[in-house]
Amino acid sequence: MAINYDWPSQSETKILGKRFNRLDGPWKVRGTAEYAYDRNLDGMLVARLVTCPHAHAKITAIDIEPAKRVKGFRAAEIINPVGTELQWTHQEVLAIAADTEEAARDCANAVRVSYEVLPHWMGDEDVKKAGEHNRVQPAEDKEDGDVVKGFEEAEVTHEGYYGLAMITHCCLEPHGQVVDWKDNGEIWVYASTQAVSRISADLAKSLTEDDRFKDVKANQIRCITPVMGGGFGSKFNIDTWGVACAKLSKVTGKPVKLMLDRREELAVAGSRPSDFGHIKVGAKKDGTLTAFEAETWSTGGVAGRGAPPLPYIFQDIPNRKTRHLNVSTNTGPARAWRAPNHPQAAALTMTALTDLAAKLDMDPFDLFKKNLGFTPRAEVYSAEMDKAAELFGWKQKFHKPGDGKGHIKRGVGMSIHTWAGRPHDSTCRVSIEPDGSVTAALASQDLGVGCRTAIAAVLAETVGLPLDVVKVEIGDSVLPPSSASGGSTTIGGVSASTRRAATHALRKLAEVVAPDLGVAADDIAVGDGKVFAASDPSKSLSWKDACRKLGTKTIAEMGAQPARDQGKLNDSGVGGVQMAEVSVDTETGIVKVEKMVAVQDVGYVVALEQAESQVYGALIQGIAWALFEERVYDQMTGAYLNADMEFYKLSGIGDIGELVVHMVQGPYDDRGVIGLGEPPAISPGAALSNAVQNALGVRVPTMPMTADRVLAAIEKGGLS
Amino acid sequence: MQNFEYIAPTTVDNAVKSLGSEWGTTELLYGGTDTISLLKERITTPSRVVSLKNVEALHGVSKAGSGVKIGSMTTLSKLAADKNIAKSYPALVEAIEGIHSMQQRSMATIGSDLMQRPRCWYFRNGFGLLATSNGKALVPNGENQYHAILGNKGPAYFVSASLLAPALVALGAKATVAGPDGSRQVAVEDLFRIPSSDKERETTLKPNEVLTEITLPGTKAANATYEVHQRQLFDWPLTAASVSLKMKGKTVEDAVVVLGHVAPKPWRSSEAENALKGKTISEAVAAEAGKAAVASATPLSKNKHKVQLASVAVKRAILKAAGVSA
Repeated sequence: MAINYDWPSQSETKILGKRFNRLDGPWKVRGTAEYAYDRNLDGMLVARLVTCPHAHAKITAIDIEPAKRVKGFRAAEIINPVGTELQWTHQEVLAIAADTEEAARDCANAVRVSYEVLPHWMGDEDVKKAGEHNRVQPAEDKEDGDVVKGFEEAEVTHEGYYGLAMITHCCLEPHGQVVDWKDNGEIWVYASTQAVSRISADLAKSLTEDDRFKDVKANQIRCITPVMGGGFGSKFNIDTWGVACAKLSKVTGKPVKLMLDRREELAVAGSRPSDFGHIKVGAKKDGTLTAFEAETWSTGGVAGRGAPPLPYIFQDIPNRKTRHLNVSTNTGPARAWRAPNHPQAAALTMTALTDLAAKLDMDPFDLFKKNLGFTPRAEVYSAEMDKAAELFGWKQKFHKPGDGKGHIKRGVGMSIHTWAGRPHDSTCRVSIEPDGSVTAALASQDLGVGCRTAIAAVLAETVGLPLDVVKVEIGDSVLPPSSASGGSTTIGGVSASTRRAATHALRKLAEVVAPDLGVAADDIAVGDGKVFAASDPSKSLSWKDACRKLGTKTIAEMGAQPARDQGKLNDSGVGGVQMAEVSVDTETGIVKVEKMVAVQDVGYVVALEQAESQVYGALIQGIAWALFEERVYDQMTGAYLNADMEFYKLSGIGDIGELVVHMVQGPYDDRGVIGLGEPPAISPGAALSNAVQNALGVRVPTMPMTADRVLAAIEKGGLS
Repeated sequence: MQNFEYIAPTTVDNAVKSLGSEWGTTELLYGGTDTISLLKERITTPSRVVSLKNVEALHGVSKAGSGVKIGSMTTLSKLAADKNIAKSYPALVEAIEGIHSMQQRSMATIGSDLMQRPRCWYFRNGFGLLATSNGKALVPNGENQYHAILGNKGPAYFVSASLLAPALVALGAKATVAGPDGSRQVAVEDLFRIPSSDKERETTLKPNEVLTEITLPGTKAANATYEVHQRQLFDWPLTAASVSLKMKGKTVEDAVVVLGHVAPKPWRSSEAENALKGKTISEAVAAEAGKAAVASATPLSKNKHKVQLASVAVKRAILKAAGVSA
């Protein structure tokens, strides 16, 4: 068969770009999917962490002796030794392994750690106060054009204060792993990770830093993660608890499980930085933007974090000046959170533009449209805004800010976003057996998003077989390596490596079968479970009969991303538009989501239903951080007060309203596959904040828009 | 959790006998929806846990004159499904319906709801019921957005967690309590108190007493509960109000107005009750009663919004009970 890597047109595909169920659905519904947390190996011990109760303290003594007297104690491994300065509550001190979880908890409770308590700082929104405590550092100053001139040219100027609180990833499967350090030197790690191929090197490096384990090599270590319960950017590394877990396994000679508990998961395993700031925008009377100025600050914990990309999307506004400050707080450190910095940037930009539109007496839809020339993809946004408006009924629903009737006020808002989603490096091996069975094998991971199903779709479409007969092996580091799942890079990478490997394997099969059909290998085609001559489809074999010709041979061919001259299979850079409708009870300040519409382009859609699910998930997650989620710390004690799922509030089924997702298919198919995990997670907050502004006629400046914040905004601003 | 002895006696007498006379030495399991978390977090570390699940006499609803008797081990889902209760005591059923969790309604009992400990996040983080650190009260200048706006002179600032208590108080319910010296009956309102030292709990029960029964008198009064919820998912109300209105024609002859999640105990508002007596219910009258209910509120640094939310809850509960649409 002539080698052609290019994606088939979706007008001809049987599977790609169509709807089908995810392959792991039944395993999860039946409870047969084995998560890291589900691994219970023979003789396995359970480990718990001992963590710091203070927000900032130096360890002065660690006494493990009382734990050794607890029945079931096996071993302890120090993570942070005496003398270490700890910078947030629940930071790890040591891990302790025992026969059972109960015994491990008793052991952890028995350990005595002494601290020299040091001054802490928790607050991030009040930058002046943080500055008085020497907790503010300049992070970035940028100026393009002449903002003074830009604002002089402006006929209407708006200045406002906006912000959003620090939140946490709140993975439903917490961080952690089971490590089985075997007698033969193999170290099997059942990890909840976004980086199956990376764990071996990461763990080996950390272990060799300890003299007791200095000879450990990465090739001793195998990471096994067939399914995974969410990462959102927080699970790229083995982490201190993973290293301690491996050491405990070696020291005890037993498999050891160490999964964070809910409190630890919310405290130490990832946070999304806050952002607050004063935004000033200027425009001509017709809405043409002339200047943008921002002074922003945020915290990502003790260390700094990057400034949000401002102005967001409208990046080419002629005159721009931005200044960002870092507030250092004794809170769990930032980790990448689904589109790092973008949700914050959208929440600071799209809100200010919407308020400017109000001042201009314009529909923000028209203001956004008017200025699309300042964005990198004007045509994409324009078409997607039109589609979203049609699905949402924007023109019928939009009204001037403030909804006159009664105490329940409805409003609409919108936001636009972008993300790169370039493909990551990936290698895949596709094998065809003489009995006709087909397998794609690659050490990628499925974070719960449907990656396994997408790989199967590519494989099945390429070899012309139904989805349920091909096999996909992922989540094991002995398989051909793929990069970590971060930056929405997975789908572009694994779809290309799988497509290429399958194409190569098929070519080998064609070479075996062609003589029997009396045609050249270049003439062989596949489809509908048949192998046939493209020039004369009557010359045909069933897939099984064709594979039988392999005799005792198995075909196993590799495919890779990147691979020069092997087809244009992927790209980077997408747009996306979201609209939200809310109702706000002005007597209680409770915001209810009525409807959200998301229009999203991702190039060539591989698995439609799984793609839509990604967007639904992003909207639901976005509703949570727009309306409910925040980390609450007590300034006096440094305690993290809501590290639980009772007062750290996520959204439930009754909170999400009607969600409409439209994946753009067709116009951008020839760009190939582009990542999707992150882009739809950017706009929900900005769209919802704008909808509340439209309902009330006043801005609720900061998210989450809880009852107290909404009522305060109403009281301050009065209803218009 | 710390190891403990677990027993599940079959009689109230044996349950009472197995309880210690000091708080914290033993804990009762009415439903376990709260106590299990407290044990896991080591907020309480008793040496014995006494489950009441095998005491048959404490399960179920029965008629008592013109009213009903409810065993303290009756689950909330059973209670909500009871036809007599649904007919006469909508305030109670509405409070149960405010618990947006089938799991909670199936496991929690009327006893576990009334006896649950406060949700105060300082308490749950180990700072004690009065939320102190090195002798200093943490709540007044701390994260008090969910804390009390009434009855909050200190040292207690938490809000009573019970979801059913405001309705039960509004409906004039009485509680039967068994102890070493036999049984006694108290108004549900008097099950609660505002502790004045960290040696006290938020209940007037003695450590070795068991809540056995709730008795609801027959009523013809219109009654309702309204809760302000941030989320539709299982979530504690920000504020709640239950009202019972005894009508004479179109005018209110007598009223009971009880607020929830605003004070360290269910908060009966005589101010709101007085604002209703002799009036015909309208939105303006209900709003006046709502305002009266919070007239003496003393919000803390971060919970001013709860004054408004309490006032609105009272107003809406009154309108709901009276069948007047806002």
